[in-house]
Amino acid sequence: MAVCVAVIGKEVNFLGYLAVFFLFDEILFLLQNYPLYLRTVSPEEELKFHYTVHTSLDVVEEKVSSLTKSSNDPRELYLGLLYPTEDYKVYGYVTNSKIKFVVVVESANTALRDNEIRTMFRKLHVAYTDMFCNPFYNPGENITSRNFERTVFEMMKKD
Amino acid sequence: MICCVLSRSSLQDQNTKVAVVLIQKNAPLPPGDDLQALERAATLCSACDLSAKSLFVLPHTDHLIGYTIRLENAFYDLAQSYYHGECRRVKAHKEFLNKGTHQLLLVRHQFKVAFFNELRQDPHSAVKHYRQAYSLLGELKTSDINVLEIKIVAGFVNYKICRLSFQASAPLDAISQFRKHVDLFKEKVGCPDLAFEHSAWLSKQFSLFGELFDEAIRNGLTALQTQHPGFYYQQAANNAIVRRQLCQGLCHTTTPLSMNPLENAGNLDFFGQRPWRQGFQGAEPPDAGIEHAGIIALQAQEIQVDHSWIIIPLLSSAVAQFKKYKSPRMKRYLMVQMGEEYYHARDFSKALMLLGRVTWDYRREKWWSLLTSVLITSLRCAYLVGDMQEYITLSLELMGRYVENSPEEKTRCQTNLIQVMSNECPEPEPGCDFDAVEEAKELWKTLKVTPQTPQVFTIQMEQIAPFIECKAVFDSFTTTADSTILLQIYLRVTCPFPIRFCKIAVFFSNQFYNQQCVVETGLIQGEGGLYLLPAKTKVIPFQLVPQPEDVGKLLQVTSVALELGSRESRCAVLVWSGWGGETAIVNNYFVNYGLKSASKEDQIDWDDLKIVSKIKIEPRKPQIDIKLKHEPPALVNEFYELQLVVESLEDTPVKDLRVWLGFQDEHESAENAALIYSEVPAAHQAVGQTKSFIEFTVKETNQKIERSYFVKCSQVGSRTVTAKITYSVDVQVEPNSPPVTCTCVKEDSVVIEIVMPFEISLSLTNLKLERLDQVFEEEPFLLLAGIKCTSPWPVTMVTTTLNMSPEVGIVGEEMGSQLQGSLCSRWRRTSAADEFPVVITELTFPSVTVESVPFAIQTDLPAYGCVQTPLSVSYLVRNRTLQVQEVEVTVEPSDAFMYAGHKQIQFRLLPTGDHRLKFSLYPLCAGFVTLPKLHFNLPRFQVSWDEHAQKMVPSNVFIKPRGRELGS
Repeated sequence: MAVCVAVIGKEVNFLGYLAVFFLFDEILFLLQNYPLYLRTVSPEEELKFHYTVHTSLDVVEEKVSSLTKSSNDPRELYLGLLYPTEDYKVYGYVTNSKIKFVVVVESANTALRDNEIRTMFRKLHVAYTDMFCNPFYNPGENITSRNFERTVFEMMKKD
Repeated sequence: MICCVLSRSSLQDQNTKVAVVLIQKNAPLPPGDDLQALERAATLCSACDLSAKSLFVLPHTDHLIGYTIRLENAFYDLAQSYYHGECRRVKAHKEFLNKGTHQLLLVRHQFKVAFFNELRQDPHSAVKHYRQAYSLLGELKTSDINVLEIKIVAGFVNYKICRLSFQASAPLDAISQFRKHVDLFKEKVGCPDLAFEHSAWLSKQFSLFGELFDEAIRNGLTALQTQHPGFYYQQAANNAIVRRQLCQGLCHTTTPLSMNPLENAGNLDFFGQRPWRQGFQGAEPPDAGIEHAGIIALQAQEIQVDHSWIIIPLLSSAVAQFKKYKSPRMKRYLMVQMGEEYYHARDFSKALMLLGRVTWDYRREKWWSLLTSVLITSLRCAYLVGDMQEYITLSLELMGRYVENSPEEKTRCQTNLIQVMSNECPEPEPGCDFDAVEEAKELWKTLKVTPQTPQVFTIQMEQIAPFIECKAVFDSFTTTADSTILLQIYLRVTCPFPIRFCKIAVFFSNQFYNQQCVVETGLIQGEGGLYLLPAKTKVIPFQLVPQPEDVGKLLQVTSVALELGSRESRCAVLVWSGWGGETAIVNNYFVNYGLKSASKEDQIDWDDLKIVSKIKIEPRKPQIDIKLKHEPPALVNEFYELQLVVESLEDTPVKDLRVWLGFQDEHESAENAALIYSEVPAAHQAVGQTKSFIEFTVKETNQKIERSYFVKCSQVGSRTVTAKITYSVDVQVEPNSPPVTCTCVKEDSVVIEIVMPFEISLSLTNLKLERLDQVFEEEPFLLLAGIKCTSPWPVTMVTTTLNMSPEVGIVGEEMGSQLQGSLCSRWRRTSAADEFPVVITELTFPSVTVESVPFAIQTDLPAYGCVQTPLSVSYLVRNRTLQVQEVEVTVEPSDAFMYAGHKQIQFRLLPTGDHRLKFSLYPLCAGFVTLPKLHFNLPRFQVSWDEHAQKMVPSNVFIKPRGRELGS
């Protein structure tokens, strides 16, 4: 099904914290868009998927900023198809706390409609929330939860 | 005319038309007028076998434009009708074609029709026929023999369709056509030995479509972030990269054969056919030997191609597009690809430069995996070009914990770095080209330093995510001038092996401290000094004594420099700077949090360690006691004693003690409202130094200073007296250090309440003690002054003087209308000594009106009378004016008296003259009895003077009872 699933850390509005910076030199934050989690079907191509996911953030950023600008309804978390490449389709999803999920599927896989992708993201979101509820997880750390891993694994394994 | 005939004969078998344009110098006459011209034209036409419609005249005059437009239209019509005809002619062939046998011709036929339609500027039908051609092409059976030809023709047709669609403002049609095209042929590789041909073809398709798209955008089409030419250029580049890879796998240099199968490649009848078997349409190659030779020749040709110079321009076009459509990350990715391509093209320094531009962003976004791959390529480049600065910088990163390469790689990297620092050649990077490595080895040998020219590299650590981290921590945010500052430099390395540094230096905002914070470990061996173990935090403490000039300022660590290697040969100076400014925050943040520190055995949690690079140096706490003794409240205008006691609690004598005593924040109050005196002025020399503050300095003392000051406030209220003390003292901060001079400041203030010493009330009465609102000319009155002490202290009135204005005396002469004067009291506290100056308080009387009365009455009455004893009373009425006055006097009867005299009388008084009225009274009863009332009336005046006259005469008299005779 999916060939790559990624979770990307949140973006902190840097300016908003600037005032704090002047007080303490070194309070630093979970910063922009770094990968919390990334799994691919083929580990030997992982670097390529890293690039694919990373470049898709351009579109995510653009979509998120236009979303908040134009619509008053912030509930739609699914961003849809970010961009098609020759071999893959990249889909995006952003939670209310600005955590981004990116799923890459093969372009050849026409069985996957929008609805299936949405379901996938919803599952991923639930898994992420469960993982986050773990009191031993520090926000901003890489995700190592086994349950989360299992969910992702299932998403990539099916058919 | 000859030329006309000539051209006609050469065009004979073509369906052509001839038109003749005569260029005429003179302006033409209106049509029909010039009969001769008409005749000549007819002759020309008949001679050349021209229709009259094909003869044109272009007068070479001023209105050339109009004529040329007309000419253009005429030619356009001719051309259009020609193409229309051709189109019809070609269409008519269709019935001769059938699908079974002429499948290839059908494609050609549709293409021709479409092309003529395009020429006659009918894009709509052109697209229709191109599409038909394209779909017919799709129906063809492809084999390894003809697939190249089909793809090439499909490419042409597709190009035409896309181009016309873009021109017709139907970009979506163009895009979907192109998608279809690519999807249809993507898998049709053809001969596996010539797979690079397919990639080349795909690359070409993408780049051509990208160009078409780009052109459409220049003509006004708007593209999206997710749909713009950049994607197509990128795909073109990707396919070109695939082509290069395939070529590397498939092609080998061969010795040229005697017979070149590609000799006719330049002039083929049909595009896309193999030169060695033109026009062949069978399913199997006619001659396997020639086929093989052809493939070898094509491979040999391919290996000559410099692929990088196809890929790089495509990538750079893509970069430009992604930059335009706000996709910085995609742009960076393409730059990485470009860098890698330069690496393949062996332009290592350019690759290094390009890759260097993107690493910062990957670092900032903490995509360590991407950073690692970029850094590894960069390190190879740096090795191959022998760029030592870059090599060291990249090694610093590739050894550390952020980079996701294997521990073996890190070890290798560290070994190489140590090699380089100890003036040796590093081992070559794996995966490099053999020839390039050989060149690089030579290069590194030449880079070895001679002792005369040591190499020093300065590396800014904020810009990279290095294997060594440094934090500067002051023990607190503030300190006082007399205490030592503890600065701790925390260092931690995350490389696989221990590493030794030779020197650490800390730089401060005040350069004075710099030389105190240097550690050089030339001699120390073993575990000591700057020998850092992996994942163990090293703390280097420094103790500083604040400098007097820094008091009140912020001391800041501006940078820390750590030296690796030796100054004599190669030395890398790792500089951490800018913890202070805001840029530091931006530069430094990626170092934190991204990964949790791995070492659990480390006693210091590195990530929780907060940098404290600034410390505020505050003045030393003063060890001195100030007391202001006084007894409140103060009285207005008195010299109020204020005792200042300054007692030094310092261990050493204080120096340059400066005391300032005075009133603060009272500039708005009136001058001299509050004054301070260092001593009581002598009684009569009042004004001398009048200041609102007093200052004095003491050179050196360790004793108690007691001084009395006097404060004089002329207003009721409260005043604040402040004493400020500044002094300097030598403090021994450390047992053996030279003493530091600290300046201390202390301030103390007291609030003084000021009250009035007494209240004075003044009242005016007449002689009968009745209150007066006004006094009368030449009439005596009483002034009563009531003085009430309101001070809590007893007050001695030394003297009290009544200062009258000249109008008032015992008897005045000139009378004004108003009275003024003052009461002046001189007083002092009863407790004060006699020589203490008296305070003079002067109270000005309220003004009072003096009225003039035209007459005066003087009464002559005995002090008392006795019952039944006659009592004589006389009233002397005097005229005070210079006019004659008429006076009427009536006397009321009284029950207490019988009397003799005028009961009613009228008389005249001459100016200043007088008249005496005499009455003999016979008292009838005893007691304080009312006298018969006299009524005065002055008819000359409007007002009644009677009431006033009543006040001038006594109203009662005391009558004694008659004495009893003794014995009776």
